[in-house]
Amino acid sequence: MQKETIAVAMSGGVDSSTVAALLAREELDVVGLTLQLWDQSRLAGKHGIPEAPKAGRCCSLDDVYDARRVAETLGIPYYVVNQEERFEKDVVRPFVDEYLAGRTPIPCSLCNNHLKFDQLLKTARSIGASKIATGHYAVNEYDPARGRWILKRPTDRAKDQTYFLFGLTQEQLAHTLFPLGHMHKPEVREAARERGLALAEKPDSQEICFIPGGDYKQFLTAYLEEQNETMPETAGELVTTTGEVIGRHEGITGFTVGQRKGLKISSPTPFYVLNIDPASHQVTVGGDADLATRELRAGKVNWISIPKLTGQMRVQIKIRHRHEPAWATLIPAENGEVRAEFDEPQRAVTPGQSAVFYDGDEVVGGGWIL
Amino acid sequence: MRHVYMDANATTPLLPEVVEAMHPYWIEFFGNASSIHLPGQHARRGVERAREAVAELFGCREAEVVFNSGGTEGDNTALFGLLKPGDHLITTAIEHSAILQSAARLAERGVEVTYLAPEASGLIAPEAVREALQPNTKLISVMLANNETGVLQPVNEIGQIAAEAGAFFHIDAVQGAGKIRIDVQEIGCHLLSISAHKVYGPKGIGALYVKRGTPVESLIVGGSHERRRRAGTENVAGIVGLGKAAELALKSLEDGTMDRVAELRDRLEQEILQLPGTGLNGTATRAANTTNIWFDNLEGEALVIAMDLKGIAVSGGSACLSGRTEPSHVLLAMGVNEKRARTSLRFSLLKTVTAEDVDYVVSVVPQAVERLRAVSPVEAGTLG
Repeated sequence: MQKETIAVAMSGGVDSSTVAALLAREELDVVGLTLQLWDQSRLAGKHGIPEAPKAGRCCSLDDVYDARRVAETLGIPYYVVNQEERFEKDVVRPFVDEYLAGRTPIPCSLCNNHLKFDQLLKTARSIGASKIATGHYAVNEYDPARGRWILKRPTDRAKDQTYFLFGLTQEQLAHTLFPLGHMHKPEVREAARERGLALAEKPDSQEICFIPGGDYKQFLTAYLEEQNETMPETAGELVTTTGEVIGRHEGITGFTVGQRKGLKISSPTPFYVLNIDPASHQVTVGGDADLATRELRAGKVNWISIPKLTGQMRVQIKIRHRHEPAWATLIPAENGEVRAEFDEPQRAVTPGQSAVFYDGDEVVGGGWIL
Repeated sequence: MRHVYMDANATTPLLPEVVEAMHPYWIEFFGNASSIHLPGQHARRGVERAREAVAELFGCREAEVVFNSGGTEGDNTALFGLLKPGDHLITTAIEHSAILQSAARLAERGVEVTYLAPEASGLIAPEAVREALQPNTKLISVMLANNETGVLQPVNEIGQIAAEAGAFFHIDAVQGAGKIRIDVQEIGCHLLSISAHKVYGPKGIGALYVKRGTPVESLIVGGSHERRRRAGTENVAGIVGLGKAAELALKSLEDGTMDRVAELRDRLEQEILQLPGTGLNGTATRAANTTNIWFDNLEGEALVIAMDLKGIAVSGGSACLSGRTEPSHVLLAMGVNEKRARTSLRFSLLKTVTAEDVDYVVSVVPQAVERLRAVSPVEAGTLG
């Protein structure tokens, strides 16, 4: 019988390299694929963007070298699939547009939802692979009782990446393996060391792959300049919750709900950004207590553990990657949107970020905060 | 798994005879060919014997053969060595980057450049060359065989036009050498570049034919090697390898080997073209070993990978480290649309190709194509 072929998405980091090593050991044909998404040299050195990309990000060519070396060590075929054009169209441009509109988007979720898994599965199928495997920390299991693929939080809670995976469809989950779901990071590094992978000690990546240095504003400035576009004029008023104008700002771009720095308001108590109105360019500010809200609305919702939300449901909601999930009641709303009422007020519910709903360890679904 | 290499236009393996010929020149005859002593004389003998073989391949005098590092250096030497600001260069849109990038650099320095577009068949019309002539046309540079389509360019006619116009004529014969008979006298060219690794010789060595009296300046300055036309201690083993490869190339043209390659190429091509949604790029007369085929409704890159996983090495566009596959500038210049250019594959056969190799490839391609076409886009996640 022919062996099953698995395509491993290799980023050149420890996690995905270890996945390749673990699978190559088994009775499987493993093919390594790297999606090359962004040319790190493209904006290097412009407007303060670092000249040389640091190691450990998924779009640097150094990482392609690393991934290729791992594939050589493991003796598996390896290919780079260039998706720079699609990445720019589906991730970078929407990110830029969202940001200019005063929201704070998460490009990693955009990429996972809209490009990475779709493209990997497409390429995998083209070359005769039945499934893909990635180095994400998440658990993906089929529940015959419900007839659904269930995404769950991983054993290593500190590395939990389910927040970025809420957009996966049942079709995608059915063909995806997360072999690290039940491993702790130190075990992963140990496994890499055991298999003689030179990059076992490589640092984890934290930054957004196309924004070396992590400065969004630098990136926007350099990107818009490259595109021969100018930063839209969005200067406007700073107002309080009662509508009193207490100052001006130079542009809504760069403000994030919950932000304290950079407001240039002299006051004995700190002010925070509460709301950004992209139409009037008004930025509403207030005290810490004003930041807390009991409610959120989310759109473009994807359901994982349930086919759809038919009535109220008790869940825990994560509104940021590093947020401790908070108890809330989900209520269906029109247009596929959903409303959530938190038991306790939550600080800085930020439009553009995603809200991911959990039932214990299971991901119920998630959507984009409106 | 069977392994079939059908990317001969990218590079070729050394023939055993070439390796054997080079062997003594690593340790035994290690001398510097410029030295007076016996070890130097041994090395010199190797270099000069190779020069005879290359001169034979070109149909020129030995003194007109200059060894260099390969096709790129030959192309660069021809252009940079002849053209000065104010001169006019006629070349084509389907040349190798070694010509196109040199021309672009020279254009920045005040050289006028005309790029001729090919006909849809891949052919550069001699008349187009004639029409592009200007009083200041100093050089015409046209390739012998195109690397991507294999289309043979009408160099004899162009040589005639160059002679009438009093312009110099350079031929990039990197892909043509060994696949078609070359006679520089008959063509009437002044310069002609070849590379050893495309003709079953080693990488990093090549030769430039420089017709006696052609005032081409050396790119690399230093000692008086190669009659002051290319400085640097001779790569003796490489030169010997090129010499042997040239000798064998000539033999293959005369003993029917290349005719056999053409027959196998034709069979491969006909079998693949029976698949629906396929077609040939480059319908003009071609070099014996090359066919370039488009496949509708699939990703060309994925087909290259799928075939590689079955042990078959072919090539799509030219890929760099980042995996970015640019649609072929050659196909685009021929008027092939970008989508089709991206799904075109080049099969270039080695002269050692067997009927079994072709059988294997034609057994794999339909299956791979069918699977790729069946892949409908996987349902995408929620759009943010």
